[in-house]
Amino acid sequence: MRYSGLRVIKEALTGHKGWGAAWRDPDPQPAYDYVIIGGGGHGLATAYYLAKIYGQKRIAVLEKGWIGGGNVGRNTTIIRSNYLLDGSEPFYEFSLKLWEGLEQDLNYNAMVSQRGILNLIHSDAQRDAFIRRGNAMILNGADADLLTTAQIKERYPFLNTDNARFPIKGGLAQHRGGTVRHDAVAWGYARAADKLGVDIIQNCEVTGFLIEDGVCKGVETSRGTIKAGKVASCVAGSSSRVMAKAGMRLPIESHVLQAFVSEGLKPVLPGVITFGAGHFYCSQSDKGGLVFGGDIDGYNSYAQRGNLPVVEDVCEGGMAIFPMLGRARLLRMWGGIMDMSMDGSPIIDRTHIERLYFNGGWCYGGFKATPASGYVYAHLLAKDEPHPTAIAYRFDRFNRGLMIDEKGMGNQPNLH
Amino acid sequence: MIINHPLLGPRDAAEFTYLGDAALIHRPDWAAPDALPQFTDYGYLRDNPAGLHRELWFHEGGDRSWLVVTRDTTTHEITSVELARDVARREGRST
Repeated sequence: MRYSGLRVIKEALTGHKGWGAAWRDPDPQPAYDYVIIGGGGHGLATAYYLAKIYGQKRIAVLEKGWIGGGNVGRNTTIIRSNYLLDGSEPFYEFSLKLWEGLEQDLNYNAMVSQRGILNLIHSDAQRDAFIRRGNAMILNGADADLLTTAQIKERYPFLNTDNARFPIKGGLAQHRGGTVRHDAVAWGYARAADKLGVDIIQNCEVTGFLIEDGVCKGVETSRGTIKAGKVASCVAGSSSRVMAKAGMRLPIESHVLQAFVSEGLKPVLPGVITFGAGHFYCSQSDKGGLVFGGDIDGYNSYAQRGNLPVVEDVCEGGMAIFPMLGRARLLRMWGGIMDMSMDGSPIIDRTHIERLYFNGGWCYGGFKATPASGYVYAHLLAKDEPHPTAIAYRFDRFNRGLMIDEKGMGNQPNLH
Repeated sequence: MIINHPLLGPRDAAEFTYLGDAALIHRPDWAAPDALPQFTDYGYLRDNPAGLHRELWFHEGGDRSWLVVTRDTTTHEITSVELARDVARREGRST
């Protein structure tokens, strides 16, 4: 069924009885050409583009729980392409362009809202760094706009521009950045992929790999053995757990990142504001809640919840720059498991095991990458060569000294 | 999280900074013939288990000692805290 305004009216007049399920609930077949492990945003997008762009058939997405129950349902919904390095910026700009056409492509309202993102500047050195970043963005076809303090005050009158430690001296804006309804991304990709014949198999945990003579021939699951032409892991925070079943150790640590949402308020915050120096960023959801967060807790965790010191740190940062936050009550807070890589950038590559592929290491930035991650992973799976925007995301960049370290932190995952 | 420091008693985890897997105590031999791949593994690959994890914490806001903390990464429960020095000596890392 195609969704449209006309369809809404028709269904409204007939008691909403004709909608039906948005995707099927098939039992697993004994064999597929492609088995994608992980029914999150990236896995579902991979299946969709594999079928849509690369014309592949017999594709399954295996999900341990329910689709969209992991990080695609637990993030703070920001999209942007404000990266610096050559290995990253073309990829993230490709992603932002895919976001711009996503809803028409999927025939699904994902509430893509290009309300803009602003990174605050507090010192001359930071301004220099942001000008450099802005120029790198423009060179790669993205948009970047350096704002003065006066422009920022006009647009965001509630910001404390005279904080003693971090006075606001300007900002780097990307007006095409914004927010997206995160759950709708998973659902939209699932529905569109299902329509193209992809089997989305939920409650199906991968318990092992079938590996013969260095070739991956399928997976063992809680719902039986599934043979596959190619197997593609796409499980973000669980990457190390899944790949360990294939005997692999990864350049990844799993860390917990907390996020917060206030009670619903009238519209007060147009766009996304990041206060990097204070480890705080914030946007307002369409429901009215202020959605905010800060740093990862900083220790290995699979618990999907964090501890209080970071809660305090995030709220202090928020109060420093954004004093009106103190009038809002915190409604919910939660944690997600971040696949923190050794240089802060992802890996989308073949593994040393033939026909086994890996996509992970997204750190806390996987959501914005969802469309491009799926697209380039599908490209890799279908053609066995990397997509032009993802050639740097290789496993061997660590031993070859070709790190893509946006923050220049070195091999310390909790600092990226 | 409260880390039960062997010398100072229970301390707030916020006083500490976190380095990672306690296997980092065992730096490879730089003179070994296969030192390069060994250092690549040492520098970049991690077990990253879900469950018990031995890890290095530094008491930056305290006595500046290094600790080996055994913690469950699925619950954050800490079951053992030792001075990293004692662990390193016991495991033959230094004298």
